[in-house]
Amino acid sequence: MITYDAVTKIFGTGREAVTALDNVSFNIPDGEIVVFLGPSGCGKTTMLRLTNRLETITRGNILIGDLNIRDTDPVELRQRLGYVIQAIGLFPNKTIAENIATVPKLLGWDKQRISERIDELLEMTNLEPEMYRDRYPAELSGGQQQRVGVARGLAADPEILLMDEPFGAIDPINREQIQNEFLRLQAKLKKTIAFVSHDIHEAIKMGDRIALFYKGRLVQYDVPEVILTQPKNKFVADFVGADRALKVLGIMQVKDTINRKPKNIINGSDRTQDALKFLDEKGFRYGIVVERGKPIGSVTQKILKYEECLVRDVVEPYPLLLKERTSLRDVLSFMLMYDAVTFCVVDENGSFAGTVSYNDIQRVVRESYADEAESNGDEET
Amino acid sequence: MFLYWEHIWIVGLALLIASVIGVPLGIYITGHDQVATRVLNSATVLMTIPSIALFGLMLPILALFNMGLGKVPAVIALVLYSQLPIIRNTYTAIKNVPPELVDAAKGMGMDRWKLLREVEIPLAIPVIIAGLRTAAVMNIGIAAIAVYIGSGGLGVYIEQGIARVYPEMILSGAILVSLLAIIVDGLMALLERMATPAGIKLQRTLAR
Amino acid sequence: MTGLLIKIYRFLLIVIILVAGVAIERTGLVELLSDPYERQVIVELFWQHLYIVLVSISIATIAGLTVGIVFTRQRFRKYAGVCMYIVGLGQTIPSLAVLALAMSFLGIGLKPAIFALTIYSVLPVARNTLAGITAVPAELIEAGKGMGMPPLRILLEVELPNAMKVILVGFRVALVINIGTAALSYLIGAGGLGDLIFTGISLMQTEKLLAGAIPITLLALVADFLCELLSVALVSKGLRLSD
Repeated sequence: MITYDAVTKIFGTGREAVTALDNVSFNIPDGEIVVFLGPSGCGKTTMLRLTNRLETITRGNILIGDLNIRDTDPVELRQRLGYVIQAIGLFPNKTIAENIATVPKLLGWDKQRISERIDELLEMTNLEPEMYRDRYPAELSGGQQQRVGVARGLAADPEILLMDEPFGAIDPINREQIQNEFLRLQAKLKKTIAFVSHDIHEAIKMGDRIALFYKGRLVQYDVPEVILTQPKNKFVADFVGADRALKVLGIMQVKDTINRKPKNIINGSDRTQDALKFLDEKGFRYGIVVERGKPIGSVTQKILKYEECLVRDVVEPYPLLLKERTSLRDVLSFMLMYDAVTFCVVDENGSFAGTVSYNDIQRVVRESYADEAESNGDEET
Repeated sequence: MFLYWEHIWIVGLALLIASVIGVPLGIYITGHDQVATRVLNSATVLMTIPSIALFGLMLPILALFNMGLGKVPAVIALVLYSQLPIIRNTYTAIKNVPPELVDAAKGMGMDRWKLLREVEIPLAIPVIIAGLRTAAVMNIGIAAIAVYIGSGGLGVYIEQGIARVYPEMILSGAILVSLLAIIVDGLMALLERMATPAGIKLQRTLAR
Repeated sequence: MTGLLIKIYRFLLIVIILVAGVAIERTGLVELLSDPYERQVIVELFWQHLYIVLVSISIATIAGLTVGIVFTRQRFRKYAGVCMYIVGLGQTIPSLAVLALAMSFLGIGLKPAIFALTIYSVLPVARNTLAGITAVPAELIEAGKGMGMPPLRILLEVELPNAMKVILVGFRVALVINIGTAALSYLIGAGGLGDLIFTGISLMQTEKLLAGAIPITLLALVADFLCELLSVALVSKGLRLSD
């Protein structure tokens, strides 16, 4: 665990003094990613750099575990922490293997161990060791270089990683991919990570918790859902964006709101007039048609009215079927694209698992913001 | 003071001839890469030849024309010597014009000559002058050695100082030459700055 | 058109070599060289010249590297500009004068020559070391520091390797100029190939002149070429990829 205790950092002296950080206190729990988020100049990068003593703390303490970093030799401290920066900073004069081996060599590992570790890390970051070991950074693309950067940071298997906008220099398409890969890696490694970002989307995606900074102060520190649904003040509300309802949906998945037992299920082998009577009696405007456990489409009363055949002959197929892990934001997007209010959800085998409708989504958002609506009243738009 | 002028005369003449040959040549080779390699290599070889050796080599050749000693071999050697900085700087300067600009200009319909005149050369001038500056300072120093093949100039003080074991003379010769070099360097730096289009100066200051 | 120019170039080259060969023969150089006594003298002077060059360039390189490295360290960075300018001024003093002044204070012979040449050769190395190290992208040093590399490691494994190309150019310039300037050391009594050149000039003996000028030129060209090889050897492959 990293403990920040009343951390203050002032650059310069006298009249030109700039307070970069003012009395910041919070903890980073073990095994979690905490994103230091905020606009330029808010102090988030300074916060990170204080942690590995690239900047010296003016007042306050930083503890890693029980150890006050002030009492450690800076060089030794840094060797214990992983450090990944935006500019990547791979040494162009060294091969990929040599780059990754940097800290292990400083720590005195033997050659065999280092070599195995290099292969291990390259595989972890999806770079085939045979191909990449002896290449030079200049031969790699930006995305590949940054993967090596991450590998290099993890080389000595530090418990803690410090990352300063590590994916900032990569184009958006690759960035998403590398973010996903990193999250998969973290699921396995469970490192304690301090991650600086200025991008709210990245913060929501990557962070278990978000520490939002503004002008050197820690404004709000919480899990993404809370920051999105209960912003502390106008700054936070503005920073997360007016579309935060959509952002919240981005964090939620189909399984959070699925209706597993809808009542308007019709079998494809039923006769149309029987189905029509069923819908009419129950008061449903449309029915979900399922056959052999798999959804095949929907029918409305209007479609059934003038037909004399089996339901499956007149069914309107669904444009797509959702999985349980699809984000609600995507679901909303599909609803708009296909002009539909209900979608069926299937499991890995394609069997019917439930439905999600627009009402379900609305309900879920309303519930999250219930607290906020009470406390803030109508304040914007 | 006559010696001062003699020195300036030798260096100035050499620089003039060298530029007249070097700058157009430098511009020309930007369009012909294969020739460029050979030209630059030759110029590099010329500059690698030690100065007194070059002076020395001039003598027998020019003796055929009865111009063995004196200013002629000195000037010719200096011209040859200066080719590399001048040609290379000219070549590099034009090659380093941002390709986007060349593209934009061509897109606007400029032909080769217009492109050169209105885009490439104006942007290249500062670096070309830098090359001239290097050549100038280099020549001022080397011309002092030319005294040994009879060209006169400020080297005389040094030579005489050595011959008569008269340190003060050596010192004065050395100081005079240095002074000349510093002044010329400063003037050319000024020239360089004046020749830099205002837009580029702005770019540079903003980049800092 | 380009092809034609290249053909002309090659043709000229051959012509020059042929003419040079004939001219040299006519000056009596070949006779000179066939005299074993003379040959011995030439060889001796050559070694003398080489000695002066090697000693002075070695000291100058070490000094230049040290100066360059020192002035890129945090503490001394602010003095770098001023210092370089002063050393640069020193370069405007003609090589001849530096040698002559050394003679005034240290007498004649090898010592003042080596001393003067060393001083004269320091600048290119120092200036290029400074420029080369300064040009190493800051993020590399930042990354190294952040990973826990001690300053010495950063210097040896990051700064110097990345600056090596530029440093070697400085070394090469210093070496070639050194070889040429060493010829002047004859004038202050240190011998070397300059002996042949200057004697050749004063006595109007072209063959002597050439006996001195040609070896020195060859030496300079070979040294230049060796520096190319050195560059390939010392500059990491990773850095040459963009060439």
